[in-house]
Amino acid sequence: MDDLLQEFIAETRETLEALSGEIVAWEAQPDDRARLDAIFRFVHTVKGSCGFLDLPRLARLSHAAEDVLAQVRSGNRTPDRALVNGVLAVVDRIGEIVEAIDAGTGLDDSGDDLLIAALAEGAQEVVQLGGAVAQRAPARSVRLNVDLLDRMMSGMSDMVLARNELARRLRAEDIDPAIEAALERLSLTVGEMRDTVTRTRMQKIDALFSALPRMVRDTAAGLGKSVTLHIEGADVELDREMIEVMRDPLVHIVRNAIDHGIEAPGARRTAGKRENGRLVVAARQSGNQIIVEIADDGRGIDVERLIAKAAAAGHGSENELRALSEKARLALVFLPGLSSKDEVTEISGRGVGMDVVRASIEQIGGRVELDNAPGKGLRIAIHVPLTLSIISAIVVGAGGQRFAIPRQAIEEIVTERGDAIRIDMVGGARIATVRDRRIPLIGLGRLLGISADARDEGQMLAIVNIGKGSYALAVDTVLDNEELVIKPASPAVMSTGLYAGQTLPDSGLPMLMLDVAGMAAVAGLDFSRGLGDAGADEDAAGETEVPGVPALLFADLDGVRRAVPLGIVDRVEQIDAIHIRNAAGRLRVAIDGRILPMLAQDRLPDGRVSLLRLKDGESEVAYAIEDALDIVVLPEEVIPARAPGPVGGVVLLDGEQVELLDAFWIFAEYGAGAEDGPAPLCLLAGDGDGWMAAFVRPLLESAGYRVVSELAAGETPNVVLAAAEAEGVEGQPAPLVRLRRRKAAAGKADESIYRYDRDGLLAAIESRVANGGSR
Amino acid sequence: MTHLYLIAQIAGRTVAIDSEQVESVVDIGEVTAVPRAAGHVRGLAALRSRVVTVVDTQAALGLEQAGQVARRAVITQIEGHHYALLVDALEDVAPFDLLPLSAGVALDAAWRATGRGIVERDGEPVLAIDLVSLVPGHTAQAA
Repeated sequence: MDDLLQEFIAETRETLEALSGEIVAWEAQPDDRARLDAIFRFVHTVKGSCGFLDLPRLARLSHAAEDVLAQVRSGNRTPDRALVNGVLAVVDRIGEIVEAIDAGTGLDDSGDDLLIAALAEGAQEVVQLGGAVAQRAPARSVRLNVDLLDRMMSGMSDMVLARNELARRLRAEDIDPAIEAALERLSLTVGEMRDTVTRTRMQKIDALFSALPRMVRDTAAGLGKSVTLHIEGADVELDREMIEVMRDPLVHIVRNAIDHGIEAPGARRTAGKRENGRLVVAARQSGNQIIVEIADDGRGIDVERLIAKAAAAGHGSENELRALSEKARLALVFLPGLSSKDEVTEISGRGVGMDVVRASIEQIGGRVELDNAPGKGLRIAIHVPLTLSIISAIVVGAGGQRFAIPRQAIEEIVTERGDAIRIDMVGGARIATVRDRRIPLIGLGRLLGISADARDEGQMLAIVNIGKGSYALAVDTVLDNEELVIKPASPAVMSTGLYAGQTLPDSGLPMLMLDVAGMAAVAGLDFSRGLGDAGADEDAAGETEVPGVPALLFADLDGVRRAVPLGIVDRVEQIDAIHIRNAAGRLRVAIDGRILPMLAQDRLPDGRVSLLRLKDGESEVAYAIEDALDIVVLPEEVIPARAPGPVGGVVLLDGEQVELLDAFWIFAEYGAGAEDGPAPLCLLAGDGDGWMAAFVRPLLESAGYRVVSELAAGETPNVVLAAAEAEGVEGQPAPLVRLRRRKAAAGKADESIYRYDRDGLLAAIESRVANGGSR
Repeated sequence: MTHLYLIAQIAGRTVAIDSEQVESVVDIGEVTAVPRAAGHVRGLAALRSRVVTVVDTQAALGLEQAGQVARRAVITQIEGHHYALLVDALEDVAPFDLLPLSAGVALDAAWRATGRGIVERDGEPVLAIDLVSLVPGHTAQAA
């Protein structure tokens, strides 16, 4: 909530600054409609935010000003001098209160009633109170120009590309290990930097959704309604800028839904609905857009009354409006100053939200769609463009070129040669049958016209889901799994309808991201009937059965067929055996710039090795296999193994005994070991020469500590580590462990630890964290 | 009014490009093809961290392909997107006065949409062109 308050303060302050010019202009020319709308929007936004931030004083002031301005907007009052002054005094007061909140000081509220009273018709002109301007507190966060962030991002990408080129050139010849080490360090830093810089721009949409449950609860309670909120897709990431712009519209829409949409419990009972209203807020990525949907099961928009209102407000005669298309009639709700509801409430005002909503969404190149079912509910979809977004993608190859496919769209990837797969020609169209499910097939190379030969191209099938149906996409190879920064491509490229955007991966060669829905459209797939429906029926039927656990069947190195639950298989990939070493007491593999513990049931083959990458959410373990065979559904009966080990039991599949890997045992034995709560924080103090960072840090990190050389704001270390001779390292509210260079202790009182005494050091740190560590 | 113009060769002709439309001049590296895009979209190329759409100006003009492929390109920005327009060669940058096309001059069909006037270089008239009209997808509003 604190973050939200800070956001609110920063935003109000910024709007006020921008508004000061408008206010002066409005004062000079009170009948200027555009200025009036701007000020109106400001007080309306303040009012909206106050509701869920629990700032009753601001809410009262802004509500009063909003009332008056609404009267002016609807022509019921003329803006005379007294009114203008009154409104300006309220706007000023809002600014003062906001500063006071930020500074944490109080502000005398005796003047508030006077200000509100001054807004009434025929009131005395308000005397400008020269309230003492509160001291500004130092800001804990800064607001940056987006341009600056963009420049930082592109500078960062340049750096990555320069690093890659440097690495390529250096590797072309024999190089000094010292240079190699320096390059490694550079790579690591650049990688970390990139993550940080990217994070400055991207945010999970959860930042937008996290305030909703509370807001929905409070709003509903205030209205005597009960509403169940469902949030989906909170981990979709998008540009911070977009999140900021969507914040207010989302609040408006949600409030409107609860206030105007969802009926009171009594009315719902009469209408044969459940008493609890249902509100769904969902985010998803689709093609080159992010879609945020807000759906309620309330009464929907009463189009007839909307038309009457619009006609009354002078937007055309009722007959004219009635002649509009259904969509256009519904869009009347976006007209400024129009309400579909008669009463004015504290919660959502007069439906003004909707014109503000549309204005802000269109400002970022998005659009708002309404789907109205009178009596049943309203669904509002906000589409915003994917200006910049990081997408987890699968890189595939076709016709010698690489393309990215959003991972989210892919249900699974199977090889064409698998037993459960067959491909047939039916009436000129290709159809893939994957485990009794029949879906249309598109050859990527053929669709794009880049692999002209008529041979059955495509070794791999990616089963792609586009919401209304699935299809199989045949590609030559599946290459990689990457996090990619996707940007929109130029109109000439987008007009093909096949691409969702472009990206520049580390290779330095641009790559296109495929629009899976667009491809289906270009290929002429029609999901409204036939195959698609059959698939849907099948899905529905599948849901009623008890779903078995899907598992990956594979041939292990020792020739035995084994299975592993699919849920823990992150992916299957091939790696050169030279990356696998028996290092530090166990088999390990270097992959993606990291070292993973590894299991193999037999001697590793030379050359390429297939790896299963198993993940339990936190730690990752590699498992060498001979070949992945198929995806199977495990029977319910599993016969446990006699002794604990990598094999946890055996199941019967198609009359054959198949050993089942014990995921639990593997992660217990090989995983990093799940921590309880956050890892204890260890501060390396006064590490001038970097010795500790180089030698001690890896040791501590592998023992499960989080190690920093400098504290971030608000962090408290659990233990401080410093050299015996280091000065100025006291004063941290955490126990101190000193390291000495000499093996022998200087005396009895010397509690320092010899710096190469690995066990002693870990024991000392552990005991101090346990005893004195204040978190 | 005198403007700075870039004198370049496109499709074997000398043309003048208003320097205000030119962000930089570069040599294009490897190009990623964009399957099924319009013929004048040569593909995508990386320009440092930026991805630019490479436009084959000859194809955009509707002219026959000359055998060899130009590598040099003029970078321009249109509506937030960067384009690299391939040119055969760059000759000069100098200030010129833009003169209207002489009355009655009928440009070749290929050049008609893009011609904006004439500059006089050492007594020789050179066609001044508008880069925007060469970029597919923007042709409509420019023409």
